[in-house]
Amino acid sequence: MAAPIEALVAPHVIEYTYTRSTGPILGAFLAGLRDQTILGIRTADGRVMVPPAEYDPVTSEGLSELVGVADTGVVTTWAWNATPLEGQPLAEPFAWALVKLDGADTAMLAAVDAGSASAMSTGMRVRARWADERVGSIRDLVCFEPEAGV
Amino acid sequence: MSEPVTITETPIKLNYSYTPGTAAARFLTSIEQGRIVGERCPKCHKVYVPPRGACSMCGVATMEGVELDGKGTLTTYAVTQIPSPGLDAPYVSAWIKLDGADITSMFLVKEVEPADVRLGMRVEPVWIDKADFTKNLANIAYYRPTGEPDASYDDYKDYV
Amino acid sequence: MTRTYRKPVAIVSWASFETPEEPARNEVEMLLPIIEEAKQKIGIEQSDIGFTVSGSSDYLQGYPFAFVGALDAVGAWPPIMESHLEMDGAFALAEAVEVLQHEGIDTALVYAFARPSRGELDRILALQLDPYVVAPLWPDARSLAGLQAQAMRDSGRFGEVPDVPPSVVADGAVAVILATGDRARELTDRPAWIRGIDHRIETPALGTRDLTQSPSTRAAAEHIGAVGAGADVAFVHAPYPHQALVVREALQLNGTRVDAGTGPTMVGGLQRLVLAAQAIAGGEAKRAIAHATSGHCLQQNLVALLEGEAA
Repeated sequence: MAAPIEALVAPHVIEYTYTRSTGPILGAFLAGLRDQTILGIRTADGRVMVPPAEYDPVTSEGLSELVGVADTGVVTTWAWNATPLEGQPLAEPFAWALVKLDGADTAMLAAVDAGSASAMSTGMRVRARWADERVGSIRDLVCFEPEAGV
Repeated sequence: MSEPVTITETPIKLNYSYTPGTAAARFLTSIEQGRIVGERCPKCHKVYVPPRGACSMCGVATMEGVELDGKGTLTTYAVTQIPSPGLDAPYVSAWIKLDGADITSMFLVKEVEPADVRLGMRVEPVWIDKADFTKNLANIAYYRPTGEPDASYDDYKDYV
Repeated sequence: MTRTYRKPVAIVSWASFETPEEPARNEVEMLLPIIEEAKQKIGIEQSDIGFTVSGSSDYLQGYPFAFVGALDAVGAWPPIMESHLEMDGAFALAEAVEVLQHEGIDTALVYAFARPSRGELDRILALQLDPYVVAPLWPDARSLAGLQAQAMRDSGRFGEVPDVPPSVVADGAVAVILATGDRARELTDRPAWIRGIDHRIETPALGTRDLTQSPSTRAAAEHIGAVGAGADVAFVHAPYPHQALVVREALQLNGTRVDAGTGPTMVGGLQRLVLAAQAIAGGEAKRAIAHATSGHCLQQNLVALLEGEAA
């Protein structure tokens, strides 16, 4: 009975409303975002890591010294996203970038609302755009925009 | 610093266009016609319903369709006291060995008091209205007792 | 110090299948003929196999424990010793090499399968990243690869860095059979010996890495003595073409011919190992390197060194 049968297709959506406990380090970082501030953490070699990690990436020792950094910084690399996908920070084309904030020694991943790829460059300065209502989530920091204005 | 955040929400949503495979497609196409068709393993000759495309024990493709009349023997069951969406409690779910099949399949059992459900009970399918048939096992609304004498334990002891 | 193996392991058989989009068969139906082909080539059955291990991703299938269903393609009766990695099958092969070092286990079946065409690959892979501060932004895999490409351009070390194409979406399955020592020689005239296999991982925090280098590839290669080993060919796993340039630099390949390819997600790395085995068994190469990668921007890397019987 191997008569050809039409292949069946049906949409299938999986959705989970995950809530995650944060612990003291991430809890402080997210509370900071709610307050429109950005916290990093001092690593074993004295550098400031943003976002903060609970343990040193090289020595594995527990870390605890939170350090405030600016909400302005420099793009260290970027990639233009011409077709934003569901759930991403912006609906219109934008750049993904690694942004090294003033006072930090590592970069964090964020969206940059530059308007066009030609407005993006490694080394350009950007500043944070904050959500009007902040709840203590990474999305309180909506994206970055060129410091010079779009 | 204001009070630390202790919980953060990170919802996930992923979209798929799911294709169940050719064996499932064959089975669901038959179910839409009101027919229950299992598939036989060419090596060990066991009949799987619903078919999975492969015999789990032999690791060989199943292709030969075997039509079953739907009657079967209840091999084990559970009475659930907690309602579920679409299911009022108490409800009975059972693993039923369909006549001609070599594995059991799960169905709801109704038209019988939970206290009267027992291993070996002979059962038959109750279909929804034919006009409402789709490619969905839910064309079989539930199983009910046939009234025949219970199957002897030897007939289903390998499935308990 | 280069690792040596108590029981040398060889690739003795394989089968591979790939298509842009498998239209009708599910994972089990796609995998079955491939496992069958790999076994039949050397005339063995599941009962001859001591250990079975696979690589796949439940996230690509869209439900938890999806990989368990694939065991229907293996014939897991009587009960078998089995393992699964939520990773490319290349890493499953590395696990098989370790298990084969045990007394009494002399053959292994390794397989990988995936149908990324069913889901949104670029979004699914975002879930490989930090769940608190990165994944909730849903960064797509292609853009993240672009960050590495741009860093490479900025460094000036790589000459022309190719643009980042859309992520390759392809469905497929690969099965490989391994055997140790004399058992391998019984099963085939031309075993492809795995002289060494190692894998290393870097941090997932992209902002703390130098994206123009691959220290994990270098470390894995050094651990197996593959750096400067004079391989005839290196099969490099590059989900995006620019990544091959970073891997090539890390492996210090110099004159070695590089064959870079992508393949289906979760399967492409194991495909590279198959190609290396094929080159050895077919006599085109005396010594071959195979590389596989996992995670964004070459986060985790596996390197294997394969040799023919005479070597």
